[in-house]
Amino acid sequence: MASPSENTQSGLMAKAVKEGIFAGAIAFGMFLLYVGIETYQDIDNRLVWRTRWGLLAIFVLVAAVGRFLTVGFIKPHIDRRKLAKAKSGVLEISEDKGFFHKHFLKIALIALLLYPIGSVMLFGPQGSLKYVDNFGIQILIYVMLAWGLNIVVGLAGLLDLGYVAFYAVGAYSYALLSANFGLSFWILLPLAGILAAMWGIILGFPVLRLRGDYLAIVTLAFGEIIRLVLINWTDVTQGTFGISGIAKASVFGIWSFDVGSPNYFPRAMGLATSSAWYKIFLFYVILALCLVTAYVTIRLRRMPIGRAWEALREDEIACRSLGINTVATKLTAFATGAMFGGFAGSFFATRQGFVSPESFVFLESAVILAIVVLGGMGSLTGIAIAAVVMVGGTELLREMEFLKLIFGPDFTPELYRMLLFGLAMIIVMLFKPRGFVGSREPTAFLRERKAVSGSFTKEGHG
Amino acid sequence: MAGETLLKVQGVETYYGNIRALAGVDVEVNKGEIVSLIGANGAGKSTLMMTICGSPQARSGQVIFDGEDITKLPTHLIARKRIAQSPEGRRIFPRMTVLENLQMGANLDNLKYFKEDVEKIFVLFPRLKERQSQRGGTLSGGEQQMLSIGRALMARPKLLLLDEPSLGLAPLIVKGIFEAIRKLNQEEGLTVFLVEQNAFAALKLSDRAYVMVNGKVTMSGSGKELLANPEVRAAYLEGGRH
Repeated sequence: MASPSENTQSGLMAKAVKEGIFAGAIAFGMFLLYVGIETYQDIDNRLVWRTRWGLLAIFVLVAAVGRFLTVGFIKPHIDRRKLAKAKSGVLEISEDKGFFHKHFLKIALIALLLYPIGSVMLFGPQGSLKYVDNFGIQILIYVMLAWGLNIVVGLAGLLDLGYVAFYAVGAYSYALLSANFGLSFWILLPLAGILAAMWGIILGFPVLRLRGDYLAIVTLAFGEIIRLVLINWTDVTQGTFGISGIAKASVFGIWSFDVGSPNYFPRAMGLATSSAWYKIFLFYVILALCLVTAYVTIRLRRMPIGRAWEALREDEIACRSLGINTVATKLTAFATGAMFGGFAGSFFATRQGFVSPESFVFLESAVILAIVVLGGMGSLTGIAIAAVVMVGGTELLREMEFLKLIFGPDFTPELYRMLLFGLAMIIVMLFKPRGFVGSREPTAFLRERKAVSGSFTKEGHG
Repeated sequence: MAGETLLKVQGVETYYGNIRALAGVDVEVNKGEIVSLIGANGAGKSTLMMTICGSPQARSGQVIFDGEDITKLPTHLIARKRIAQSPEGRRIFPRMTVLENLQMGANLDNLKYFKEDVEKIFVLFPRLKERQSQRGGTLSGGEQQMLSIGRALMARPKLLLLDEPSLGLAPLIVKGIFEAIRKLNQEEGLTVFLVEQNAFAALKLSDRAYVMVNGKVTMSGSGKELLANPEVRAAYLEGGRH
């Protein structure tokens, strides 16, 4: 009885070793030129090269050992577990979810509300800056942008590669109008949203006939046009120098965060003078903006216009034959998505105090789109998780000083953030091809909510 | 049988680029009738149906619905005149549930009659009731066809256009669907214009029918007449009852 299983065991090991060596060889071939050889300029400004065999060896070893472990141990383990589960006959889609799962949203919301307070209590006002600003605000900006783009891409199914343009419109609207007319953040926030929405419609008109890849290319061009205008229209935008000294947001015009002003907020509240309070205030502002975005999206999905967006994503011809004005539907999707981009942009401007075209490159659009796709198009929860993982992950990389001990002192982990992005995308697309949360929550019910079967089926085929 | 004219297609010519798909078609549908249009592949049946819906629009000729010229109206406005269509290939929304699909059909009245109409459709197609919270894409072909017709009915149409409802379905299911159409026509007085390749089933169901060849109507008459017509039998029926 024992011999066949031993046989397969040793067969498996042999296979794992073989595949491990193979993966190592591929890694060697791939990284030989990129990692194994480094070019640099010497004192005489000549370009010379040196080898980095140690680093190359690490790359090759990681690939070989990783493959060996995957084939030899991890995969058999997963297969065994799947088999056991199938044998026990428990369906994977069960109604009975854990407490955490059921109340996930409430828990997440409470955690977010307490987050700045907690970090101030743990690290003091000055120490909390990093957590509130670098992690909290940064992630929430991306959550909001991704939720905004989700309306266009996830709900209406219009692939927009130039979303950052609306972000830029919002940011520059705030920066310019506040600098030139001295208007406050709370007046300019809605105005920036409206302006961005207007640009959304302007972009929408010419591309109404386009879908899919064609639409993607035109929106990509639009994003670049906005950026190039910002760079070259130096009289207004000051080109690549950008606009600095952008006014801070006030607490609804009652208190201010300028230290010199008589109604300086921390003083009025009896707090120590610190820039941390402003960041904490901004954290709550962007949190509120995110919640508004989520609320509006959820409400719209249950309204005729939201249903029309989703139907448009599924089948445009069927939509028209049901009396839906596809032109108006697309334009409202563009405008609504752009509006949230504009809100996020004006928030970004007031938070940074400085805007320049550098912040609105194509890569930003790509990152936002990647978050939407990774999270699962249309799913707010999935997108939020994706934003936390992707943006939080890149911020975490900055913190990974210990990596310098392994890879040497010149190793700058944040340069590898695109690598992380790529890796995460490949992994998610392999294991969850429709994103973290791939199933769509239905909006129509006659009586009670029932578990929706077939959440996991392929799209578009019956 | 002959009520007043609901839909009148007069000398309609439709082109795809330079290719003429319809070469002057005249068709009339009276209130309360089931009229079918039969013909071979590529005869222009579906093109006529799509022309009535305004996509593509007729280059010449007129489409008159309920006394109103709708030839040049955009598709969504034609749909709002209460011409509902179950398009070729069914075109249900695959990721939306059955109920959401039906909801899309009821958008014209802003869901005012939604609950009442859904119940009616569930009586007509009990299968849809069982599957109401299932995603459209997971339904079988026959169920999808029922959903497509149901979705069209949710718009409370004056005229129901059906483009090949039997396409790719098992005979028993086709029978069920045709039975439902007959019931709708007899009990609710719904006017139906049907495009079919399954000539036998279509002619049996119809009050009147047209035969289309190469973008032209070549024959017309009552369903029974055409069923008995030797030319029709030779061209569309003797090849076996689908």
